[in-house]
Amino acid sequence: MRRSNWEIMMTMKFTALAAAALAMTFGNAALADAHSGKVKIGLITTLTGGGAALGVDTRDGFMLAIDQAANDAVEVVVEDDQRKPDVAVQVADKMIQSDKVDILTGIVWSNLALAVAPAANAQGKFYISTNAAPAQLAGKGCNKDYFAVSYQNDNMHEAAGAHATASGYTNAFILAPNYPAGQDSLTGFKRLYEGELAGELYTKLGQTDYAAEIAQIRASGADSIFFFLPGGMGISFLKQYADSGIELPVIGPSFSFDQGILQAVGDAALGIHNTSQWNKDIDNPTNKAFVETFQEAYDRLPTLYAAQAFDTANLILAAAGQADIADRDAFRAALKAADFNSVRGKFRFGNNQHPIQDIYVREVIKEGDVYTNKIISTILTDHQDVYAADCGLSD
Amino acid sequence: MLPERMINLLILGLLLAVPLVALAMDEPFIITLATKAAVLAVAGVGLNLALGQGGLVSFGHAAYFGVGGYAMGILASHAQSYTPLMEAPFLIEGTKSMLVIWLVAIVASALVALLVGALSLRTSGVYFIMVTLAFGQMLYYFAISWPAYGGEDGLSIYVRNGFPGLNTLDPIQFFGLCFAVLLIVLFVVNLLNKSPFGLALNGAHQNEERARTVGINVYRLRLTAFVISGAITGLAGALFADLNRFVSPTMFSWQTSGEIMVFIILGGVARLCGPVAGAAVYILLEHVLGGLSEYWHIYLGAILLFVVLFAKGGLVGGLSRREVHHAG
Amino acid sequence: MSIILLIEQILNGLQFGVMLFLMAAGLTLIFGVMGLINLAHGSLYMIGAFAAAAGAAATGSFVLGLIAALTSAALFGALIELTVIRRLYARDHLDQVLATFALILIFSEATRWVFGSFPLFLDTPAFLSGTVTLPGGILYSKYRLAIILIGLAVAVGLFLLISKTRVGMRIRAGENDREMIGALGVDISVLYTMVFALGAALAGLSGALVGAIQSVEVGMGEPVLILAFVVIVIGGIGSIKGALAGAILVGLTDTLGRTLLPVLFASFMDPSAATTVGSALASMLIYILMAGVLLFKPTGLFGSA
Repeated sequence: MRRSNWEIMMTMKFTALAAAALAMTFGNAALADAHSGKVKIGLITTLTGGGAALGVDTRDGFMLAIDQAANDAVEVVVEDDQRKPDVAVQVADKMIQSDKVDILTGIVWSNLALAVAPAANAQGKFYISTNAAPAQLAGKGCNKDYFAVSYQNDNMHEAAGAHATASGYTNAFILAPNYPAGQDSLTGFKRLYEGELAGELYTKLGQTDYAAEIAQIRASGADSIFFFLPGGMGISFLKQYADSGIELPVIGPSFSFDQGILQAVGDAALGIHNTSQWNKDIDNPTNKAFVETFQEAYDRLPTLYAAQAFDTANLILAAAGQADIADRDAFRAALKAADFNSVRGKFRFGNNQHPIQDIYVREVIKEGDVYTNKIISTILTDHQDVYAADCGLSD
Repeated sequence: MLPERMINLLILGLLLAVPLVALAMDEPFIITLATKAAVLAVAGVGLNLALGQGGLVSFGHAAYFGVGGYAMGILASHAQSYTPLMEAPFLIEGTKSMLVIWLVAIVASALVALLVGALSLRTSGVYFIMVTLAFGQMLYYFAISWPAYGGEDGLSIYVRNGFPGLNTLDPIQFFGLCFAVLLIVLFVVNLLNKSPFGLALNGAHQNEERARTVGINVYRLRLTAFVISGAITGLAGALFADLNRFVSPTMFSWQTSGEIMVFIILGGVARLCGPVAGAAVYILLEHVLGGLSEYWHIYLGAILLFVVLFAKGGLVGGLSRREVHHAG
Repeated sequence: MSIILLIEQILNGLQFGVMLFLMAAGLTLIFGVMGLINLAHGSLYMIGAFAAAAGAAATGSFVLGLIAALTSAALFGALIELTVIRRLYARDHLDQVLATFALILIFSEATRWVFGSFPLFLDTPAFLSGTVTLPGGILYSKYRLAIILIGLAVAVGLFLLISKTRVGMRIRAGENDREMIGALGVDISVLYTMVFALGAALAGLSGALVGAIQSVEVGMGEPVLILAFVVIVIGGIGSIKGALAGAILVGLTDTLGRTLLPVLFASFMDPSAATTVGSALASMLIYILMAGVLLFKPTGLFGSA
């Protein structure tokens, strides 16, 4: 796929010289007819280096839906962003300029999405997020060509706050890395949490040793802990916490309890409650088929990232069946209608084109040798993010 | 075997020809790649002054690259949101003018280089490598956790900054601008290398004792070179930020420092156009190998290892006869 | 902050320092004897952690995993010494930096190719899990206490090795005068391979020990590597004693800094701003410490010019 990409880049020739320069500047309505009817998707995700696990699952989930649809009118090019914003920007430029894609998707990380999505929209391309959905793009900065199929970044943290309140916790200790997503997560938690805070801590991004923080938790008199530490940071924290002998209840967003991560955490994660809008046990035929076929195709259980990417691909496929990409308004309307079978069961977009959806509390369990999650309750029903009110788009 | 001057012309000619051919073929992305190569070449030329000519192996030039980038990001984001940088004691507004941004980038990165250099140059050899690396990391962590300008999210600038008489959003015009900057930087560095200052710097590199005995203040000489080197890399940072219309703390990361060094070694240490050739080859490798395999870093590592072990002098060294003395 | 918490944090700082020492000792030894700066030391740390995780998963025994870590790190160390590193001794530091940078690229991606992108599982052994009550009623993790003891034992072992044994004598001779040791009839290339493998084994041990309480993943070595650089710059490059002092200084500064600074700032600032600013400053603290040491001692605390 990547190879043919390169060949296309080397051989493709378009006529209007001036139009190309113009298109670079203001979007390329003029070139849209070049492949009328055919939808070209650029999937940018992290396939090498740290964090590649999430990107690989995003790609695999997305391609599973594309392969199952076997629709010749939809073409996907895949490129690696190495988790570097500047690389992501250049890959996006290449996909827009050389591959002439209509839709960009696939970025895992908020900082990369912020570098790519607004610029893609400014050049008249759709950006449909499979994961990252930062606040900046949900409120005043929303865009008619920007959709988030996953969630809005704050959702999981808000749900965790609601769950802490519902569980009767009144003195929570909260911690997150000192970077924008971390600061947003603690703000999100506090939004629906009604108790007191025993402590609030920012750790260094990429920190791997949490002994000092755990000692502070022990001394704080907290009755519960909320943490947001994505990737390896969460694995480290959970293992060290389990080893510390503290037995306070822990709540976290789904990111630290994903199928890919749980096996590395092991027993330390058992029984922990975490919030998510998806789990493999949501009971509907689409989800069942997704989990089964994903396992058959890749010989592992899907993660949240795979599920979100699968939904994104199906949303695009459905829109492509209903409207011609050359008619951007019709295609946009088809996307917004979101008339597809989601692994989450029901699915709809709010006015800011972020989902309005149920969020569940899951518990980490062990099924045979495999650590996984099961849903124990629905904590927020038809939940919409707070930024939607600031977005100028209407339903 | 060719004289180095011919090779330099060849390298620059190629770098100029590729985007022109791409323009004719209507391949704007190849122009973008060539622009990236030209901008990274400027960063490499900057480091090469300290590293090749002065023998100062700085493993922290990402610091100046990042400062230059943030000079652009901060000024342009204020101009974008129409909020002044500061109001008291006097008003400073943001700007979208590249010329002003470049000036600020050069001055700011020179100041940071002065501070870092003043401390680091008290050490030498392997201490110097590690200390410059550590200062780079310090700025990296600062940029991530400093919330005012986006932290790890970085800053997006939606429209490229302006240059009088040019439409900078047009890829070929922006390439032309970056290429012109590269030529000017090469010209200045070439003058510097041949000036008494450059000769003294190289002399102190070859034999520090001898330089001292003829009355050269080696510390001050090196600090000057280090500051100029940092300023040039800072200018490259501002251009790089404008190329991507985006800045983020990754510009400060130690991998960035490593990559700038890799350009120099691929092209040839202490060769005027070594970093230009190196940056171009690196970009080419990244795109050819990246298209071949998900694990392309393995191939990149193997090629780099081969060049270091068996092809000393890099591309330019391999093509030309003249031996130059190597950093040490 | 209570005294008990403070003591616990000092122990945490000590443990972090001891862990850094295991990394720094290998780096500084290799530099002291062969004059080589080795960026791939972080990769050996990663190899140790992966080997321990794979070994423990295959055998079910943490101790066997640890042995797998030591042997595979030492083997890989010897392998790269024989194929690549020995060509670099006579080269300048720039070549060494770039060649070992290339090794990082190769090792990281090769590890991902073999083990996949997901982190691996490695747990503390049952006999060391949970906590122990120290005098004064301090609850402390048994495993962390074990790391402190292992680290100190390694430090003592290294001192004895270098000061009391024949190999140690040769190492010291090599540090002082590389030509002389050849003249003594010592097979210098065998000595160099051994020293490099020893340093690699220490990195592997460190990776395996840390892997049990952290995440075993590709790229885990580089942040530690940079900290180890700071440690040996502070301690004086080539000095084992310096590495120990520097490691403990860095461990304590980092741990105490990140717990005390936000509290300190909160005494005169708005609490949430204090946590942000305090944490930001804490993440730069060890570099400031390094700059401070270099101002007064450009060759580090125990370094010679």
